[in-house]
Amino acid sequence: MSSGFKLTVKLICILAAMLLSTSAFAHQFSQGDIKIGHPWSRVTPSAAPVAGAYLTVTNSGSQPDRLTGGSTPIADRIEVHQMTMDDGTARMRPLPDGVEIAAGAAVELAPGGIHLMLIKPNQQLIEGSSFKATLEFARAGTVEIEFVVQRNPTVETGSGNEHGGHTP
Amino acid sequence: MSGLRAFRLMVWAAIVVLGMFVIVSTQRSGRSPTVETSSGTAKVGGPFSLVSHTGERVDNQSLAGRPYLVFFGFTYCPDICPTTLFELTDLMTELGPVADGFEVLFITVDPQRDTQEALASYMTSFDSRILALRGTAAETDAALKAFSAYAKKVPLEAGEYTMDHTAGVFLMKSDGSFGGMMDMHEPRETRLEKLRRIARDQVTGS
Ligand SMILES: [Cu+2]
Repeated sequence: MSSGFKLTVKLICILAAMLLSTSAFAHQFSQGDIKIGHPWSRVTPSAAPVAGAYLTVTNSGSQPDRLTGGSTPIADRIEVHQMTMDDGTARMRPLPDGVEIAAGAAVELAPGGIHLMLIKPNQQLIEGSSFKATLEFARAGTVEIEFVVQRNPTVETGSGNEHGGHTP
Repeated sequence: MSGLRAFRLMVWAAIVVLGMFVIVSTQRSGRSPTVETSSGTAKVGGPFSLVSHTGERVDNQSLAGRPYLVFFGFTYCPDICPTTLFELTDLMTELGPVADGFEVLFITVDPQRDTQEALASYMTSFDSRILALRGTAAETDAALKAFSAYAKKVPLEAGEYTMDHTAGVFLMKSDGSFGGMMDMHEPRETRLEKLRRIARDQVTGS
C-alpha cells in the first residue's frame, strides 16, 4: 500500500506543480539544453550582507552539465551553496565545484538545501522587484536570467519539506 | 451489469481518495509533537547577559517573570535566519496584542560581524517587538550554554567564515524554565497555538 500511496501523492504533487508552473507567475529562461525554471530570490532585511536565490535547472541534453555560479549587477558575485540541517544544527557550505545536472535530469535549488547565494548585495531586495543575473555552466556557458523577489516560495509546502531538494 | 460495475469502481475510487486524505492528515498532525522533546529538556535556561540592538542590557534577570522566545543566528545567514525572523514577524502580526505577552530574542552567534549598528539596521525589517542581542565572545558563549545551544565558526576561503548554529526557536516560560521548541516547519496553526500558550503563561494570570 505504501508504495502505491507514495506514488499517488507524488502524482498529486506533480499535477499541482504543473498547475502552478502554468500560472502567469512562473517564468523561465533557456540556453541550449539548459532550462531555468522560475528563478526567485528571497526578500532581504535592510543592509543584509547576503541573499538566497533559488531556481530549477533542467538539462535536456545527453551530457551532464554543472552550474558553477554566476554574476549580477546587484551583488559582488553569486555562489552555489548547500544548507543542511542535522540534529537541529544548521550548516551552510559553499560548493566550489557547483552542482551537477545529469543528462535528462532536473535539479531544484530550494530553501533548506542547495541554493545560490548573492554575496554583498548592493541594494535591499524588495518584494515584487526583479533583477538580472548571468548563470555560469561548465558546458552550456552563460545563461541570462531574471530573478523575481518573493517573500515566500511559490509552492507552499506547509508542514514538511518532503518535496524540496529532490535531486535525480 | 456494466453500469453497476462502473458505479462500484467509482465508490472504490472515492474510498481510496478519502482514505488517502485521512492518512495524509493524521501523518501531518502526528508529526509535530515529537519536535518538542527532541531538543532535550536537559538544561535549558541559565544565566546570560547581552546588549540589544537598541543599546539596552538584557539578561535572564531583566526577563524574570516574562515568557520569551529565543533563537540563534547571524546576518550572514541567507536562508534560515531571515526566514525565521520574517515568519515570526508574520505570526506576531497575526497574534496582534497577544504577542505583547512575550519577548522575542534573536541572539547573534557572530558578534564579530554583527555589530550593534548592523543589527539595528537589519532589525528595521521585522516586527519592532523583536530584539536582536549581541555580546562579547565570552557573553555569547555563556548565552549558548544557557540554552544548551551550539555555534561554531567555520573558516572558508579567502579569510571568510560561516557559522554552524542551532536553528530552532526556544520557548521559555515566565518562571525561566524551558517550554519546548518551535520548529518553523511545523504547521502554522501549531506555531500560533504554541505562541498563544506561551503568551498565557503570565505570572499573575496562571
Ligand atoms: Cu548560502
